[in-house]
Amino acid sequence: MASQTAATRPPPWRDVRILRVAFQLGAVVAVCAFIAYLYDNLTANQRALGIETSFDFLDQQAGFRIAYSDFSPSGTVLEAMLVGLRNTITVALLGIVLTLILGTLVGIARLSSNWLVRRAAGTYVEAVRNVPPLLVIVFVNSAFLVTLPPIDEPEHVAGLLLTVREIGVTVPQGDAGVWTYVGLLAAALVAAVALARWRATVEARTGRPARPWLWGGGLVAVVALGAWFALDGPIVLSRPEVVGRSIEGGVAMGLPFVAVLVGLVLYTATHVAEIVRGSILAVHKGQTEAATAIGLSTTQRLRHVVLPQAFRIAVPPIINQFLNLTKNTSLGVAVAYGEAMFVTRTVIGNGNPAIQSILVVMAMYIVVSLIISLVANLANRRLRLVER
Amino acid sequence: MGLPTEAVGALAEPLAPVPEPEPPARNLTPRQWVRLNLLSSPLNVVLTIVFGVVAAWVIFRLARWVFVTADWAIVRVFLRLFMVGLFPADQLWRLWVSAYVLAATLGLTAGALAAASAQRSAATPGERAGGGRTVEASTVESAVDPGRHDAGWTGRAVAALHRFWPAILGVVVVLSFTRTPLPAILTVGLVALLVIAFAGGRRLPAGGRRWVWLALVAGIVASLQVITAGPDGVGWDEWGGLHLAVAATVAGIALAFPLGLVLALGRRSSMPGMRVLSTGYIEVFRAVPLVTLLFVGQYMVGFLFPTSVDPPSFLVRAVIAITLFEAAYIAEIVRGGLQAVPVGQVEAAQAVGLSPPKVLRLVVLPQALRAVIPAMVGQFISLFKDTSLLSIIGFIELIGVADFATEQPRFQGEGLRPLTFAFVGFLFWAVCSTMSRESQRLERRLGVGER
Repeated sequence: MASQTAATRPPPWRDVRILRVAFQLGAVVAVCAFIAYLYDNLTANQRALGIETSFDFLDQQAGFRIAYSDFSPSGTVLEAMLVGLRNTITVALLGIVLTLILGTLVGIARLSSNWLVRRAAGTYVEAVRNVPPLLVIVFVNSAFLVTLPPIDEPEHVAGLLLTVREIGVTVPQGDAGVWTYVGLLAAALVAAVALARWRATVEARTGRPARPWLWGGGLVAVVALGAWFALDGPIVLSRPEVVGRSIEGGVAMGLPFVAVLVGLVLYTATHVAEIVRGSILAVHKGQTEAATAIGLSTTQRLRHVVLPQAFRIAVPPIINQFLNLTKNTSLGVAVAYGEAMFVTRTVIGNGNPAIQSILVVMAMYIVVSLIISLVANLANRRLRLVER
Repeated sequence: MGLPTEAVGALAEPLAPVPEPEPPARNLTPRQWVRLNLLSSPLNVVLTIVFGVVAAWVIFRLARWVFVTADWAIVRVFLRLFMVGLFPADQLWRLWVSAYVLAATLGLTAGALAAASAQRSAATPGERAGGGRTVEASTVESAVDPGRHDAGWTGRAVAALHRFWPAILGVVVVLSFTRTPLPAILTVGLVALLVIAFAGGRRLPAGGRRWVWLALVAGIVASLQVITAGPDGVGWDEWGGLHLAVAATVAGIALAFPLGLVLALGRRSSMPGMRVLSTGYIEVFRAVPLVTLLFVGQYMVGFLFPTSVDPPSFLVRAVIAITLFEAAYIAEIVRGGLQAVPVGQVEAAQAVGLSPPKVLRLVVLPQALRAVIPAMVGQFISLFKDTSLLSIIGFIELIGVADFATEQPRFQGEGLRPLTFAFVGFLFWAVCSTMSRESQRLERRLGVGER
C-alpha cells in the first residue's frame, strides 16, 4: 500500500507541499535581497556624500529651544525628541478625552427627535468631515487664534484668559486639607456603591422602588458638602493672570497646542459621532420594541438594552479613530507645535543626519501605535467574552 | 365581508417576503409639524430655543462674513493658482484638452458599467440573496433617480441636481470667480461631453463593453501625453493646486492597488512566510503617520537608488511615499472583501477542479473586489484629503496655494489666510462630499452594509 501511495505522488515540481515551501522561501529570499540591495545603495550613497551613519548624534547637544517647553539648548538631541514625544502624547490624550465627549454628544444629537438639533449636528458633521484635518487646524489657527489680543491687554471670557501668546484656563487647585478631602470622598464613594447595591437587591426582592441611585448619590453629596465646610473649602479655583510677559496661575496653553487640539477634536469628533450614530442604529429594532413592550421607560430602555449593545459595536472603530487622532498630531508641524515630527524636522534642520532621525521618530510612532492596538485588542477580547 | 378576502390574500403566499408597508404620508399642518418636531417635550422646547438662537447667530455671522465683510479679490486674482498652481498660462489649453479626453473615456466607461450592472440585475433577479433585496434595490434606484419613470428632461435634471448638488455648487462658485466667460463655456461643454459619452456607453453593444477598459487606459495615457508631450510640455513637477491634488490621489491609489492586493492575499495566505511578511509591512506602515513617510520620501528615498542613477524628482519621491502608505490601507480593505467571500465558494471552485490561481481569478477576486468598491471610494476620499499634507513638504497644492497667495506683495499682511483657507476648504468639501454621497449610494445598491 505504502509503495502505491509513493508511486501516485506527483513529481516534486507539481507537489503542493514542496511548491509551498519553495514559494515561501523564494519570496522571503527575494524580499531580503531587495532590502539588502536598498541598504547597500543607502550606505554607498552615504559614503559617497560623506554623511554620518551612526546614531551618535543622539547624545550630542541639541542647540535649539522648543517653544512652550522647559527644554534648554544644552540638552541632548535624544532628550529633545523625547520632549517632542511627550508633547505628542499630551495633545493626543487630551484630544482623545475631548473627542469622545464631543463625538458622543453630536452622535446622539443626530438621532434627536428635535428637528433643529438633528439638523445642526448633521450640518456640523457633513461640513467638517469632508475637509482635511490639516485645513481645520490651520483655519482655527488663522481665523480665531492669531486674532487674539496681545498679552498686555488680555481678554477674559468664561474662565479663559485669551492672549495671542497663550491661553490661560481656570482650573481647580488643592488647598490645605485637600488630601483628607479626597480620601473622605473616596471612602464615601465606596460606601455609596455598597449602599446602592444593597438598595438594588431590596428593590429586586420586594419589587417596590428602593431608589438605589438616590441613596448612593445622597450619601456622596452629604459627605462632600459636610467635609467641604468642615475643612473650610479645601479646593480653590486657580485663575490665570498676566504677570509681566507670561501667564501665572491656572493652566497656560500655547497657541499652537490649542490649534492642534481644537482642530483635531473638531475633525475627529465628526467621525466618532458617525460611529456612535451608526452603532445605536445598528441595534436591532426588535430590541427597542421588546423593551418598550415589557414596560421599560425610555431611560431604562437606553441604559439596559440599547446602549450596552451599541457600545459593543462602537468600541473597536472608536479606538481606531483614537489611533488616527494620535497619528494626526503630526500635523502640528504646520503650526509649529513642538510635537515629535516638528522636533525631528528641527533636528534635521540643525544639520543632524536625516535618515537616522527619521528612523528614531518612526520607532516612536510604532511604539505608541502598538500600545493603542494592544488596548484595542484587549477591549475586543473583553467585549467578545460578553457575547454569546 | 371585505375582511375574509384580505385574510385569504394574505394567507395565499405566506412565505413570500412582504415589503415593509410605506409609512402613511403624513400631511401635517405647519402647526402640527412644529409641535411634533420642535416642541414635543419641555426639554425639546429648551433645546429648540438654545439651538435656534445659536444657529441663527452663527448663520448670521457666517453669511455676513461671506457676502459682506470678506473681500474675495484674492481668490479672483489667484483663481488659476488655486486650480492648477504654477502651470504656464499659455499652455492651459493642454489641460482642457486632457480634461475633454478624460471626460469622454470616463463617461463611456461609466455608462458601459452601468448598463452591464443593470443587465445583470435584470437577468438574475434572485441573485441578490432573495427577493427582498431586489425590491429594495429597485426602490432605491427609483428613489435616487426619480426622473427615470417620469422620463422628461426636467425630471432628470432635478434628480441630477439633487444627487450632485455639492459638486454643482462647487463648480458654480469657482466659475463665479472667473473674469472671462471662456472657462464657463468650456465647463458646460465638458459636462455635455460627459453626459453624451455616458449615454453612448450605455448603448454600447455587449461585445464592445469588454474593450471599454482598453479605452479607459488609452484615454488616461492620452490625457497625460497631451499635458507633457512636446517641447513646451509641462512635466508633473510643475503641476499644482487642485490639479496636483487630484493627480496625486489618482496616482497614489492606482499604484498602491496592486501592492495592496498582493499584501492582502499574503496576509490571508495559509503560508506562514507570506503571512509574516505581509502583516509586518501592513502594521508598520499603518502605525506611522503620512507626514513622517513624506519626510522619508524627502530625505531617504533618494539614497535608496544606486549611486549611478540620478535620484528621482521631488514629486516622484512624494508619490512613492504615498503609495507605500496607501498600500497598507488598501490591503486591509481588500482583506475585508476577501473575508466576505463565503468559504463554500472556494471549496466549490476547488471541487470543480480549478487550479489555485484560477480559483482566485475567477471566483474569489470578482466577488471580493465588488464588495470593497464603497470602501475604496472612502479610501480615495481620505487620500484626497491627505494630499493636503504635501504642503508641509513644500508643494504648492491647495493649502500651499492658500499660503502662497497671502504672501504675494499685493495681499501680504492683510490677514487674508482665513479667506483662502475657507475657499480651499470649500473646494475640498465639494469634492469629498459628492464622492461620499456616491459611495453611500453604491453601498446601498450593493447591499454591502447588510451582510
